[in-house]
Order: sequence, then structure tokens, then C-alpha cells
Amino acid sequence: MATASTVIRYEQVRRDLWRPLSGASSRYLVTLLVLSAVVVWGLCAWGYQLHKGIGVAGIRRPVFWGFYLVNFVFWIGISHAGTLISAILRLTDADWRKPVTRAAEAITVFALMIGGLFPIIHLGRAWLFFWLFPYPNSRLLWPNYRSPLFWDVTAISTYLMGSTIYLFLPLIPDVAQLAEHATGWRRRLYSALSLGWTGSDQQWHALERAMKLMAGIILAVAVSVHTVVSWDFSMSVAPMWHSSIFGPYFVVGAIFSGIAALLIVMAIIRRVMHLEQYLTPHHFNNLAKLLLLMSLLWLYFTIAENLTAWYGNEPKEMNVFGSRVRGHFAPYFWLMVFCNFVVPFVLLGIRRLRSIRTATIASVTVIIGMWLERFLIIIPTLSFGRLPAAWGRYAPTWVEISITAATFAAMGLLYLLFSKLFPIVSIWEFEPHEEPED
Amino acid sequence: MNNSNQAQHRWGMAIDLDRCTGCQACVAACHAENNLPLSDPESAAKGRAVHWIRVDRYYEGEFPDIRVKYMPVLCQQCDEAPCEPVCPVYATYKNPEGLNVQVYNRCVGTRYCANNCPYSVRFFNWFDPVWPSPLDLQHNPDVSIRMSGVMEKCTFCIQRIKRAETDAKNEQRPLTDGEVQPACVQSCPAEAMVFGDLNDPESKVSRLAGAGRATRLLEDLGTEPKVFYLQRAT
Repeated sequence: MATASTVIRYEQVRRDLWRPLSGASSRYLVTLLVLSAVVVWGLCAWGYQLHKGIGVAGIRRPVFWGFYLVNFVFWIGISHAGTLISAILRLTDADWRKPVTRAAEAITVFALMIGGLFPIIHLGRAWLFFWLFPYPNSRLLWPNYRSPLFWDVTAISTYLMGSTIYLFLPLIPDVAQLAEHATGWRRRLYSALSLGWTGSDQQWHALERAMKLMAGIILAVAVSVHTVVSWDFSMSVAPMWHSSIFGPYFVVGAIFSGIAALLIVMAIIRRVMHLEQYLTPHHFNNLAKLLLLMSLLWLYFTIAENLTAWYGNEPKEMNVFGSRVRGHFAPYFWLMVFCNFVVPFVLLGIRRLRSIRTATIASVTVIIGMWLERFLIIIPTLSFGRLPAAWGRYAPTWVEISITAATFAAMGLLYLLFSKLFPIVSIWEFEPHEEPED
Repeated sequence: MNNSNQAQHRWGMAIDLDRCTGCQACVAACHAENNLPLSDPESAAKGRAVHWIRVDRYYEGEFPDIRVKYMPVLCQQCDEAPCEPVCPVYATYKNPEGLNVQVYNRCVGTRYCANNCPYSVRFFNWFDPVWPSPLDLQHNPDVSIRMSGVMEKCTFCIQRIKRAETDAKNEQRPLTDGEVQPACVQSCPAEAMVFGDLNDPESKVSRLAGAGRATRLLEDLGTEPKVFYLQRAT
């Protein structure tokens, strides 16, 4: 399969990719409205929670962490889409990545913005969240550097900053082109964002260098971010949490769900924006193979985690393990295995079945499965603590469900707005003469 | 406050499980002393009840040949408390007398401490507390009311410890053993609970803690709790 850049003329590329920026179909507006409504509903639910107290959520003793932390880990996981696709493929000079990178990097930034909100939503006194930042204050206190939650704050704000820069850098040549042709407020926006880009050799070299550097940095940051997130759990003494495997397990799971999210987003924008020529079966095929690989890796880690716990037969761990594989949580556990392994393995492992449609279906099940995985890591351990006298069941309330739904809508909303403002496929990377290394 | 005086004490408790009848007087006394929020059956079923001390029941044997064992569980005031390092804002820390204290005004409510407490003795204020009249008129003025969104737990009745220390200091005498009694210890009709200074080898609690019947709850975790449970070795 030939890559798109050799087939399509540059003028055509520009026309195709600028088309979605202007005008808005009624379908776009309706979607925008529906998503906004869900987001507003979620914000209302959060407001209600702030007003009444966090007791309106279903969390309780001993399950002090519920849907909010599940969503937190889930969205931070989704954010790994951009890093893997973009940074690894950029560093390895994989040419096919070009039409895919921006869509992936945008997912990263938006997923982080959403995921980063959850630890705040989850706080008992959310309005004091800034107490976790190290700044000179009237309390004469620094944050506790020993707390994994403080590491979280550090890691996630670093990652958000880094990935925003990483999304922005390759956007510069595109907005500079747009600034030349746009009018009105768009012109002002694009020229401000283009930072005086003229396209001189010197600027191209600087940009190239900056992007390479950021790709390297962001990769290290991304791996560390999800490791730190996993340490929220594995640094504790709770049964089945206190595990050395959690760091890599979470990183693998994050990349896994990240690729799935990217595939879904690509399938949607391909259809909606008519980008069939740019996001070709070739891209879906490559990403589907990556998804399959990550699915196998995920299975390996899941077996490694559970088999050792089962064989060790430590009573406190077996309470949690048993509740997962044959107890109260068993339906969710086996659904997770089905979603994360069986579906991708069958649909993507058998070459005859592998297509854009099946890759999208597998991605949707992986997203469901990975959400369940986070649920199954957090809730059973807390439900079955060390003292049986303090066991308890957790069920979410409408508040948690509303806020969860709102974050999915927020992801769609941010994506809709972004795709209306910026070309979702990097245009300048199709310019043949601007690729000095090729 | 005299610093050397503070460092003198290391408060601990011994609970004789062979004496405990499971009467829950300690629970009621704790509620009254420490201004604990009340809960109705509905919220208790939701896991929202707050009892800084609770009486766990363990059943031995099959019905009808069954024995119930009671175990009052309160904050174990661990020397190596798992709840302390995980708090991002230092809301929980070790005070100079070895007490694991909770600073309500610092707490932002991450609830990490509660997850990391193997004894599950930390409680959260899910809402602002309310007391049905006339209970709202009987608050203990020595204990602050906790707002919605912060963690709380047993303090070993730190207000009583502080008062006794101040009194002793004003009278320029050392604290005597048994002078400080938390509400639960004071109210135990079976006298199953003993509170005192572990630094004083002659104190009753020290002697009980050193006796052969003493064990500590989940001590294999290395949390070094300062509550000792006494029971026949079986």
C-alpha cells in the first residue's frame, strides 16, 4: 500500500485538510449541543457534590476510592496514545505515522486535562486542591514529598505541560500557513500561535531539533507518569496493591488503551471528515497490529499478576483474588478478559478478519475492558481489607455516573472544537521538500 | 509546654479480650466525649457510620455450639503508621508523645490514609455533621467539630491527656499512672481497658504489654502498634 504523501498533490492536501475548518454542518452543531449538554449536566452534578458534601457519591468506608479514581487512572492511560504513536514513531522515523500523529497528540492533551481533574473532583475539600503544590504559604508547610499523591501532582503537571508543547510544536508551520489565508479573528489567532514563523531554514532546523528533543523527553515522562500513578496503589500495604509489577503493568495497560482510543478517534474523523485518502487501511492495519501486540502483553502481565498471587495463596490476597475471579466481581473480571484479550485476539489476530471495522470494534471493547481493569484493581482490594470485620461493598450513585459520562462527552467536545480550529492531520508533513532527512 | 515533659510519655493501651463483654459502653462514651457525628440506620448501612472505637465480633465454632469473641478496635497509634507517609499535606503525623494525630484543618480529603490503614479505623466526614436536638447542646467544648470533607480518627482522647499534663505541670508534680483515662477506658465496666505511659516500666499498661498474654493486631505488618490485646494463648 502506497503512503498518501506520494499520491496526493500538495494543493489537494491543503484543500482537503482545510475544508473541515470552515463552516459547520447541522450534524456538527447538533453533536456539539448534545455533548455540551452532557458536560453541563456533569458540571452540575459536581456542583451538587461540592455543595452537599462528597457523601452524595457512593464511596464509603472501607471503599474510600471509587469511580473517580478509576476514571483518573483510565484517562491518564488514554493519554498515552499520543506519546507512543507520536514519540516512538517519530524517534524511529517511521514514515507512516505522519497523518496519525496530531490526532494522537491531541488525545493526549485532552485526556490529561480530563484525567487531571479527577483527583480534584475526588477530594473531600476540592477547593483546597492547591495545597498539594509546593509554594510558600501562610501555613508554613511544604507538601509531603513522601506521598505518592504529591508525586502524582508533579508527574501529571509535567506531562500536561510537556505534551501541550509537543502538540504545539508541529502545529506551528500549519498555523503559519493558515494565518496567511484566514481572515478576521481566525487570522489573529493563527498569527499569534505561529510565533512569527516564516519558514526559513534556520527555523526549520530549530523546529526539527525541538521536536526530536521533545519526543525523547515526553517518552521518558510518559513512562514515569503511569508508573507514578500505579505507585498510588503499590506503595500502600493493601492486599493485591502492594505489588512490584504495577509500574510496568500500568504502563502497558495505558499504551494499550491509548492505541484503542486513537483507533476509535481515527475511524470517526476518517468517516466524518472524509479523510479516506489520508487515514488509509495501511494506518489502521499497522495500529491494529500494535493493538494486538499490546493485548498479548497485557495478557502476559495479567497472568503474571494473578498467577503469582494465586500460587502464593496468602489469605489476605486470596480474599481479593477470589472475589475477582469467582466471587462478586467475577462477571466484570471475565468480561474484562473477553474485551481485552479474546476480542482483539480473534478480530485482529486472524488476518482475514482484520479491517478498519474490526479494528474499531476491538478498540471499543478494549476501552471497556481497560476501564473495567482499573475498576477491578481499585475496588476489590478496598472492599476486602485485612480485617474481615471492616469489609464493605461499593456501588456508584448517579453523581459519579453523571460525572463519568460528562468526561467522555468532554473528550468529544474538546475534539470537536479542536478539529474545527486546527487541521487534524498535519499538513506540512506532506510537503516533500521539507523533509531533510528523507 | 515543656519539651522534656512531652518526650517523657509514650502513650499506649492494653485491652483484655478475655474480660471484654462486647457491651459497647466504650463506643457510646467515645461518641459523647469526641463529638462524633450520629448516623441513622440508612447511612450506617451505606458504610457512613463513624465509630472511633468499634467492637469487632469473631465467631468460633458452628451453631449452636458457638463462641463469640469481641475485639474493640480503635486507632492503634502505630509507631510506623502506614497512614502517615501517604498524606500529601501532612494532615496526619506523629506528635512528640508518639501519638498519630490528625490535623483537621490541614486535611484536604484524599482519603489515602484510610485506604492505607490496615485496621480500617479512619473515618471520613461525608457531609457536615448534624445532631438531632437536644444532642447538639451537649457537645464537648474541648473537642473541635469536624467539617465535611476531612478525615478523623481516635486521638487517645488527646484533650484529656493535655489537660492532665497541664494540671500536673501547674501543680509541679509528675503525672501519676492512671491519671489520664480516655473515655473508652473510663467507661469500661469490665475494666478490660488500661491506658498509660509505655515509657514508665512500672505503669500498669507497661506491665500488661510485657506480659505473655499480649499480642498486637496485624503486627506482622511492622506497623508497631501501641495497643496491646491480652488473651489466653490457645
